[in-house]
Amino acid sequence: MSPPSAPPDAGTAAPSVPHEGERAAYARLVRRRILLVATLGALMVVALLFDIATGPSNLPLADVVSGLFDPAGLDAPSRVIIWEVRLPYALMAVLVGAALALAGAEMQTILNNPLASPFTLGVSSAASFGAALALVLGVSLPVVPAEWNLPAFAFIFALGSVLMLQAMANLRGTGVETLVLFGIALVFTFNALVALVQYVASQEALQQLVFWSMGSLSRATWGKLGVLALVTAAVVPFSLAASWRMTALRLGEDRARSFGISVRRLRFFSLLRVSLLAATSVAFVGTIGFIGLVAPHIARMLVGEDHRFFLPASLLAGAVIMSLASVGSKLIVPGALLPVGIVTALIGVPFFMALIFARRERL
Amino acid sequence: MAPRLAIEGLSVGYGRRRIIEDLTLPAISGGGVTALIGPNAAGKTTLLRALAGLVPARGSIRLDDTELTGLSVAGHARHVTYMPQALPQRVALTVFEATLSALMSARDETLSTAGAQARAFATLERLGIADLALRGLDELSGGQRQLASLAQSIVREPTVLLLDEPTSALDIHHQMRVMQLVEELARERSIIVIIVLHDIAQAARYARRIVVLERGAVAADGPPGAAITPETLARVYRVEARVERCSQGFLQVIVDRAV
Repeated sequence: MSPPSAPPDAGTAAPSVPHEGERAAYARLVRRRILLVATLGALMVVALLFDIATGPSNLPLADVVSGLFDPAGLDAPSRVIIWEVRLPYALMAVLVGAALALAGAEMQTILNNPLASPFTLGVSSAASFGAALALVLGVSLPVVPAEWNLPAFAFIFALGSVLMLQAMANLRGTGVETLVLFGIALVFTFNALVALVQYVASQEALQQLVFWSMGSLSRATWGKLGVLALVTAAVVPFSLAASWRMTALRLGEDRARSFGISVRRLRFFSLLRVSLLAATSVAFVGTIGFIGLVAPHIARMLVGEDHRFFLPASLLAGAVIMSLASVGSKLIVPGALLPVGIVTALIGVPFFMALIFARRERL
Repeated sequence: MAPRLAIEGLSVGYGRRRIIEDLTLPAISGGGVTALIGPNAAGKTTLLRALAGLVPARGSIRLDDTELTGLSVAGHARHVTYMPQALPQRVALTVFEATLSALMSARDETLSTAGAQARAFATLERLGIADLALRGLDELSGGQRQLASLAQSIVREPTVLLLDEPTSALDIHHQMRVMQLVEELARERSIIVIIVLHDIAQAARYARRIVVLERGAVAADGPPGAAITPETLARVYRVEARVERCSQGFLQVIVDRAV
């Protein structure tokens, strides 16, 4: 009754060294991906330098670069411009882009949804509501210094919204589709609440709120930068440590669990990282919607979804787009600094479309 | 010695809905394929998922001296691997990366990265899909994707391999190849393979033992010749059928009509 036991590959001749060709090809693929990630890193540095060199006072690039390494060699006004204005703005752009993009990448993976991002699932709306409360109703937190009051409010609400998603995720039997729907419901709820606050707001407060929600880097200070840098630096190693598990999760939840991954735990800690990254960024610069959604898509097109490359590539792509957006925000209307939230989509969409068309041609 | 899997008083359900109630099966031993067949909604996939620890179950599932029901996800995965029927959609991973992630995502500490890569390549070679190693999962046909999915399961070298309709998207050639391979693996590695199949003749040809499920209970259990009878088919599948042996001695089911 036993079936004939011919090897399944009887027709294919085995190579003399097993899998030599495939091994070499895989090694080449890995090298190419490392190179792509490194290129994104280099682009980020270039964009950052451009960002620092761009501004209404026409400082030559050479002066800017030398001023970065030797501040004492600069005259006082240039030192203030570079060190107190441009550098914090430019670094904030890079950090916010990186943090939002990483948050978006993790969200898209754990929710198995290419449309997931801190913006589409309510984090930014919640932050806006927090900001609205602080601006319009003048609510302030005890102990918190006045300068930090608004970011603190935005942070608390942004964090709260992700924790609500988290609580929903922990209910037994909640599928990812339900989670995404819940996130979208959060967007509508917080938007309605913001509208309500706006309705009762004074003219002046309303103006401030509208400006806040456009997202601006001009709120950057070294203190805020320090906080965001610390949060990002603390989160990134944990994200990278989870990269194989996230890669496996892309093969399906049952599949991942059958490999021995506790998907609940993975989702819990990932959402925790997302909440810290997104809430801190949005609290400091306001609503910036495009990065968290699109940077992961750009990264996916460049390096695929092996998360060892996908996560760093998302982070760097976000930093590059945001940095270029910051340059754009200074150039579009000469002499004026546009809110960067307006520019991100204007800069990002052409970049994104170019990649889509380049890919179509290749296929 | 070949491993043995014993199921006793197993009840499984989703919420309040009971799918399997108090199911007991004499020990399934390693070294051969056990096929799980039955009509739609008989509880085949639920039983497989319960054995894989993916759905809470009451009762006992013992693998030799280890009680599996109480184990964590990771604990389960050390012994059991499950290949779901649904294949992932729109995933930007190559066949090799997907296979490698099956090993690297919950890695046994003794396995080096180079070791994992070698094992992943060897698995693809064994399945005859080494040439697809660097192709994206998205670029594959349904049948190739199923083979890639099988690779992710067998690369983990489990003691218990659970396969949910692994041949459903394959043409006849690939169906035969996969079944031969699975049967060989079971014999060579002396592992337990439990496979859900819809094709009764295929089950009869490759399985050493067939368990027929009907509404969450065992309707027949034994060697193909004993489990597949016109009476069982009439009762479980509601068809009038003949069970005959072909010139090479394989069981064939000829269905005359639905009753």
